Amino acid sequence: MGAQKKSATPRVSEDPEDLARNPLQAILLADSFATTFRPITLERPKVLLPLVNIPMIDYTLAWLESAGVEEVFVFCCAHSKQVIDYLESSQWSSKPNFIVTTIESHNSISAGDALRLIYERNVIHGDFVLISGDTVSNMLLTEALQEHRERKKKDANAIMTMVVKQSKPSPITQQSRLGTDELFMAINPVTKQLLCYEDKAEYSKGFISLDKTLIADNPSIILHNDKQDCYIDICSQEVLSLFTDNFDYQHLRRHFVKGLLVDDIMGYKIFTHEIHSSYAARIDNFRSYDTISKDIIQRWTYPFVPDILSGSTAIKVERQGTYRASDVTVSRSADIGSFTFIGQGTKIGNDTKISHSVVGEGCTIGSNVTIEGCYIWNNVTIEDGCQLRHAIVCDGVIMKSGAVLQPGVILSFKVVVGQQFVVPAYSKVSLLQQPTHLDSDEELEYADNTSGTGEPGSDKLNGDITPDLSETAYELGAGGVGYIWSVFEGVQDEEWRQSVAPIPTDKLIKLMLEKDEDDEQLTQDGNVFSASGELKADSDDNGSGDDDNEDSGDDYVFFEKEVEATFLRAVNENVKVDHAVLEVNALRLSYNMASVDCAGAIFYSMMKLAVESPHNSASELHKNAADIITKWQKLLKSFLHDIDEEIEVVLKFEEMCLESAREFAALFPQILHLLYDKEILQEDAILKWADEKEGADAADKVFLKHSEKFIQWLKEAEEEDEDE
Amino acid sequence: MDFQVVVLAGGNSKNLNPLVSKDVPKPLLPVANRPVLYYVLHQLGQSNLKDLIVVVEGEDAALLVGGWISKTFVDGLHVEIAAVPEDIGTAGALRAISHHLTAKDILVVSGDLVSDVPPGAVAATHRRHDAALTAMLCSVPVSGSSDSGSSGGKDKTKKSGRYNIIGLDPCKQFLLHIATGDEIEKDSRLQKHILHAVGQMEIRSDLMDAHMYAFKRSALQEVLDQKDTFQSLKQDVVPYLVRSQLKSEVLLNGISQAEENGNEKLSSLNNQVLVYQILANASTPSFHERYSMEPDGSSQSRKTHKCCAYIASNSSYCVRLNSIQAFMDINRDVTGEADHLLSDTSSDRDNIIGPSPKLGAKTTVGPQCILGEGSEIGDKCQVKRSVIGRHCRIGSHVKIVNSVVMNHVTIGDGCIIQGSVICNNVQLQERVVLKDCLVGAGFVVTMGNEYKGESLARKEK
Repeated sequence: MGAQKKSATPRVSEDPEDLARNPLQAILLADSFATTFRPITLERPKVLLPLVNIPMIDYTLAWLESAGVEEVFVFCCAHSKQVIDYLESSQWSSKPNFIVTTIESHNSISAGDALRLIYERNVIHGDFVLISGDTVSNMLLTEALQEHRERKKKDANAIMTMVVKQSKPSPITQQSRLGTDELFMAINPVTKQLLCYEDKAEYSKGFISLDKTLIADNPSIILHNDKQDCYIDICSQEVLSLFTDNFDYQHLRRHFVKGLLVDDIMGYKIFTHEIHSSYAARIDNFRSYDTISKDIIQRWTYPFVPDILSGSTAIKVERQGTYRASDVTVSRSADIGSFTFIGQGTKIGNDTKISHSVVGEGCTIGSNVTIEGCYIWNNVTIEDGCQLRHAIVCDGVIMKSGAVLQPGVILSFKVVVGQQFVVPAYSKVSLLQQPTHLDSDEELEYADNTSGTGEPGSDKLNGDITPDLSETAYELGAGGVGYIWSVFEGVQDEEWRQSVAPIPTDKLIKLMLEKDEDDEQLTQDGNVFSASGELKADSDDNGSGDDDNEDSGDDYVFFEKEVEATFLRAVNENVKVDHAVLEVNALRLSYNMASVDCAGAIFYSMMKLAVESPHNSASELHKNAADIITKWQKLLKSFLHDIDEEIEVVLKFEEMCLESAREFAALFPQILHLLYDKEILQEDAILKWADEKEGADAADKVFLKHSEKFIQWLKEAEEEDEDE
Repeated sequence: MDFQVVVLAGGNSKNLNPLVSKDVPKPLLPVANRPVLYYVLHQLGQSNLKDLIVVVEGEDAALLVGGWISKTFVDGLHVEIAAVPEDIGTAGALRAISHHLTAKDILVVSGDLVSDVPPGAVAATHRRHDAALTAMLCSVPVSGSSDSGSSGGKDKTKKSGRYNIIGLDPCKQFLLHIATGDEIEKDSRLQKHILHAVGQMEIRSDLMDAHMYAFKRSALQEVLDQKDTFQSLKQDVVPYLVRSQLKSEVLLNGISQAEENGNEKLSSLNNQVLVYQILANASTPSFHERYSMEPDGSSQSRKTHKCCAYIASNSSYCVRLNSIQAFMDINRDVTGEADHLLSDTSSDRDNIIGPSPKLGAKTTVGPQCILGEGSEIGDKCQVKRSVIGRHCRIGSHVKIVNSVVMNHVTIGDGCIIQGSVICNNVQLQERVVLKDCLVGAGFVVTMGNEYKGESLARKEK
């Protein structure tokens, strides 16, 4: 069908009547191409993780179905088999007007790859909804879709509509309640065109730049700091081909959106659609998992709430937002607090307190357990006296009696926590060992991971774990099984930002203090920036001036090394003097040095060579030096234009005798004489040097004393000259 | 009303050469036969702002301006004239007269503003928010007042509308960002912490800073004292206040003063603040207040001050006479579309002719013209869309279109003048043809010469 359909589409899309006949399609990326949910995602794909006891992908699919999408292509990559198996066994495989097709790939490492693959399959025939499988929403698509189509009709370059929602980031942490970094978007208030998208805005910078052409083209721009990107995009077909054309586009936002915004050659435009009353959010990290779970329990996502979605199993909603499956065994003395979900077949013991938590199916919870703000998945055993705060506990975990989870802990599948063991805050515990290397680019990291997707984790586990049991036991207390993943350098400080646990107060206070300091700096910076022109120029000059000074020190060292290398090569390869001069001159220009520096550096190299070439006595050294000087005098002379440069050579020599080549110290007068004889140094230069040194302290005058005779002789010679 | 008004009238403006001269400093340049300063003073009087200081650059100019004011506004306005040295900038001028400022709030107006926006409205906005700064913004006039003067016709179209870059909060009440001058040509840098506090900022490039500011006196004096490098209100002081509004350094002293004055005053101050809040319709606190609260909502830990914007409605007229192009435009507009500015002129609206003009036979004076008193026009002349000053003598067969002719000008027979400005005491001999020319005061154009797009002026002695 491919070729035929394809040729037909452009014509079709011009006619709205025909366009309407095209079924609305959606691409659902069942892979986030990120690692924020590790270690859990090492064993199970993110879209199958339970969100209030229902896999995330069900929320997404249910919404797509309700929004009028008729055909969904589920792109699976990591753990693709698990996703496919799940979809085949679920209700989604048998809906009459809602076709779910899976597209499997083993080598896609980014959303860009995924879309390129889908383009090759040639299955998308019109506008489509691009969404990832971890999105929860209840918005109506019709309005946004209508806007998109109308815009597209008027302007063929309007290829994408992004859904945004009001959400002001916290003034202290500068992250939204979903734990995502603050986002700056510039939007034209009339056309709603997106003009600028900055999600990785540097914290250090106190300002945000808007391109002047944007301001020139749009009389009014609204710069938003209070909007959240819902990651629901309505795209035209061109989006797919753009990904194919730009094979380096990986990330949907960082590459594609920004790429389009920056590139004004093609003139493609992105627009935004703001939703006000409906819900849309994407689970990007543990904090958003926490936030969205709470939103679901509080029914912001209605009708996509557990009691309606789960259908078959009866879940009752009680007062204060408590959800309870039908066959739950709860002790009379247990206290099930507000906004809590208790799954089917779960048993809860005496005096146990649970609040603001989700407890999955088939769990066994002992007596005197405290659970607060936790997400406990299925078949978890929690023995008596355990305490859990703000943690995620995956399937099959066993917590021995008295174990404690501090806030922010993630226990991956089948981990066993030993008796009385306290798992420290923000730890991530898994049966799998931590991958030894962390790719700096998090999206590309999935490459290694996908190879193991075929087998479900447990096979591998058994093999891996047994030999190391002794060690793991140590890590998780007596009888514990699992590795505590170490936190990478630099990430450590940021761990609290995207954790399930609320941000501790002391962190907030610290941040606020820091922020105040920052602000102070900012206002100061601000002064520099936009006070009157002169002021700015001054301060800039000062700044760069300082830099120059610092740099020049380093630069000179590099320069000296380069000159030395050049000189040695010239010596070894017998390069012509003229060529050597050229080379040194080139270096001089590239390092922005004066010829004084060249002279110093060349002389230094020559003397160093003399010292380094084999010699047994001072006289041999003298001979070496004399040979080299004789041979390369032309090179040196071509940088000695005036007396200052000659003095520099003497000073350099003096410095060498004191520091790097002490052997020359005894030979100082002789070499000086030699240089004079070879007409490298004129008597004026030597005398001037002597004059300058006259006033110096005793230590500095060592060499002057050494060469007193020579200088005396020079002076006399001069007088004789004058006499004549 | 406890508002003092400072009118920065300027003096010799280089932009306006050769129109300004020793005898006619910038504030006295005629717009429809009245000095441009008249329009500002008139508007201030209408808004009942009558305590004025007119700051003029240069002693001579100050004498001239003072003389004119005492003649024109005999009663009603209480005007002081202050002379300041030239080239000290607008901030410098304010610094020089700082000791004259006593009222709680100061309204600073540029003397070259021709506008029908009531200054009282700006003052009221300022008071309502208890702001440290309120700036009047107006939409960019269609005819435009390009910085580069009459020669800049091309630039004008190219960078249309880019006068200032202004950031506003969603309610368009507060001024969050302002960039003027060179900064407009660069990429805009917007301060994040302000954006954080407000959430969204509207960036407008189609608004013009009309150079009418209301300042809280304490804040203004504080800035002028602390930042002695600041030269210009527009480029230094106002951006500084806007930038530091959430990190105020200027009001610290204001508060300590109140404390010194004893608790009574403090409590009355608090009451005032309360009243202002109610007046400000502040059912929800503005972002300044929210920002200044600790997260637990208790004490005010941060010092903030408010910077407000008064945006004139689209229909209002607001142009600054700061270029020759603007001079022409304003003269044309005031006689034409914006003739309500001449509200008290008794004559017929379309064709305003002074009390005793003498028109020759078959001479037509078209609509949108003004003919000053004592001017005489010979036979068979045509005057269209032009302003002619007092005591001019115009010969026969003269055609004057789209031009401004000042006082005591003699125009010989058969001259054709288009799109030109003719200053005082100019003599045009017979059959002179001028197109888009500027003729400086006292210049004599000899018989039969033709000029196009030139600036003619006497050499300074």
